[in-house]
Amino acid sequence: MSDATEVPVPDDAPGPEPELLHGAPMSTSRGQAVVHPDREAYLAVVKALRDEGFDLCADVCGADYLSHPGRPLPEGVVPERFEVVVNLVNRRERRRIRVRVQVPATDARVASLFDLYPGSEAMEREAFDMFGIEFTDHPDLTRILMPEDWEGHPLRKDYSVGRIPVQFKAAAATR
Amino acid sequence: MSVPAEPVDRRGTSEGGQEMSGRSATAAAELRREEGGVLRLPEGPSLDPGDVNIEVSGEETMIINMGPQHPSTHGVLRLMIELEGETVLRTKPVIGYLHTGMEKTGEELTYIQGCTNVTRMDYLAPLFNECVFSMAVEQLLEIELPPRATWIRMLLCELNRVSSHLVFMATNGMDVGAVSMMIYGFREREMILAFLEKCSGLRLNHNYIRPGGVAADLPDGWREDVAAICERIPTRLDEYDTLLTGQPIFQERTQGVGVLTPEQAIALSATGPVLRSTGVEWDLRRDMPYQFYDQLDFDVVVGTYGDTFDRYAVRLNEMRESIKLIRQIVDLMPSGDYRVQDKKVTPPPRQRINESMEALIHHFKLFTEGFRVPEGEVYVGIESPRGEVGCYLVSDGSAKPYRMHIRDASFANLQSLPTMMRGGLIADAVAVISSVDPVMGGVDR
Repeated sequence: MSDATEVPVPDDAPGPEPELLHGAPMSTSRGQAVVHPDREAYLAVVKALRDEGFDLCADVCGADYLSHPGRPLPEGVVPERFEVVVNLVNRRERRRIRVRVQVPATDARVASLFDLYPGSEAMEREAFDMFGIEFTDHPDLTRILMPEDWEGHPLRKDYSVGRIPVQFKAAAATR
Repeated sequence: MSVPAEPVDRRGTSEGGQEMSGRSATAAAELRREEGGVLRLPEGPSLDPGDVNIEVSGEETMIINMGPQHPSTHGVLRLMIELEGETVLRTKPVIGYLHTGMEKTGEELTYIQGCTNVTRMDYLAPLFNECVFSMAVEQLLEIELPPRATWIRMLLCELNRVSSHLVFMATNGMDVGAVSMMIYGFREREMILAFLEKCSGLRLNHNYIRPGGVAADLPDGWREDVAAICERIPTRLDEYDTLLTGQPIFQERTQGVGVLTPEQAIALSATGPVLRSTGVEWDLRRDMPYQFYDQLDFDVVVGTYGDTFDRYAVRLNEMRESIKLIRQIVDLMPSGDYRVQDKKVTPPPRQRINESMEALIHHFKLFTEGFRVPEGEVYVGIESPRGEVGCYLVSDGSAKPYRMHIRDASFANLQSLPTMMRGGLIADAVAVISSVDPVMGGVDR
């Protein structure tokens, strides 16, 4: 029902120069700090953040922007199909930061955070399982939730939800 | 009777790469890497090479499967354990047996329906899932809740924390052989569930906390019910002290078993009682206050040794703190609305539907199409009984989440299990698994 595929690029009215953090553009989303490193700088930025005091990796997850390409991003960040989203916690200063790294569909691979945060291990496996994003140098990159012989990556937007048409023949697909 | 030929590959089933491979199938370098992976620690200072005995030949060790159908694994957790005699060398949790694609389902449900989905994840702490999801939606909507709604949420969440820890007490007691504890734990929990049922109409998956507030106001006589709970539970907790805490057999089974250091716990992204048992003071309620926790007086319970006993003791005393919080919340409970009076989010009251056609249409629209949420993305984390439960929500401006991800505390905490188990006895494995308190509904989602 929604016309998500045709959402135009939103009017990014507040357009000051994006603030940089460790060389990566920053933005705020509903008051939360987000940093957008590119793939090459990703590991270095996270390492710098860890050295700065973000010692707890709360969450790593993927996102597939296949049908929503025009999301707001700071200037200089090229939107790609996939995103890896990392939530870090600085326990001493009691604040959070979110790292969003763009991952292209043609070469869906990104560095693993395992050497920095061993606790990202299962979460990266989940992102790999659900989105097919490959984490290079991950010690054990196998499926974690789906069976080993499963085909496809379920949380991708082009993965069929297995909808069974029942009552209304003309009903539109849910998305 | 024929003795089968020597098995070359020690894999149990045909599932392949998710499983732990035998030593004979692994080159030494790979094995070291896998040990690092299983230990979930990077090579380097935290992994002492001399500590990993890769000289053990494959003939002396044995890989056994524990679960997925094992009463002590609390659901469908499967552990592959490599043993040398009775000593655990490596452990690998194999999960996914309860995976039902709830994050995918969440993308197909409107924001109003979303709570019915997330509440089924961590089924022992359903209100926390609902709460974190609702808070994420509210942040995206940028709406401010009436104070009473937030206080009701806090009251019920703290009650839910007690009921969740009571299940831990029950199952932990049962796992180490104190079977009577199971009966007591579930008996006390029933009091709280009865109250939650009175509020929400459902014993378990409440769907009570919703974006914009809570589903209904507290029922008449709630103060008496909560007072009765606050009176009864602490005396029962003192009984548990007699039954378990001071009991030599229980202490023998749990003290010094499954030790985790603070550095390991933080590196492994452990949160909640697992992290606090190591002595790290980290409780989101105090350290990153959300709702009105900054107005309340409570202590963060920490342990010292990070062993199974400390994880038990932390949870036991956290219940006392929760009762303390509940008493304060009852005193501070304001009057007013229990949901936000924003007609775009909140359905009209029942009375209006009887009187007004517009209200009926409005109600119908809200429940068929839902409300649209402005574009954006947000992460909210709160302190659930098992640690940080977080919700990462992406909206594309439609009435359904574009991406809904729940960071479940048990999922992350389970990663520290191999470290806790390493070098211990297989007989202690049950006590250690139980002390992590994993809820597989949350782990597999």
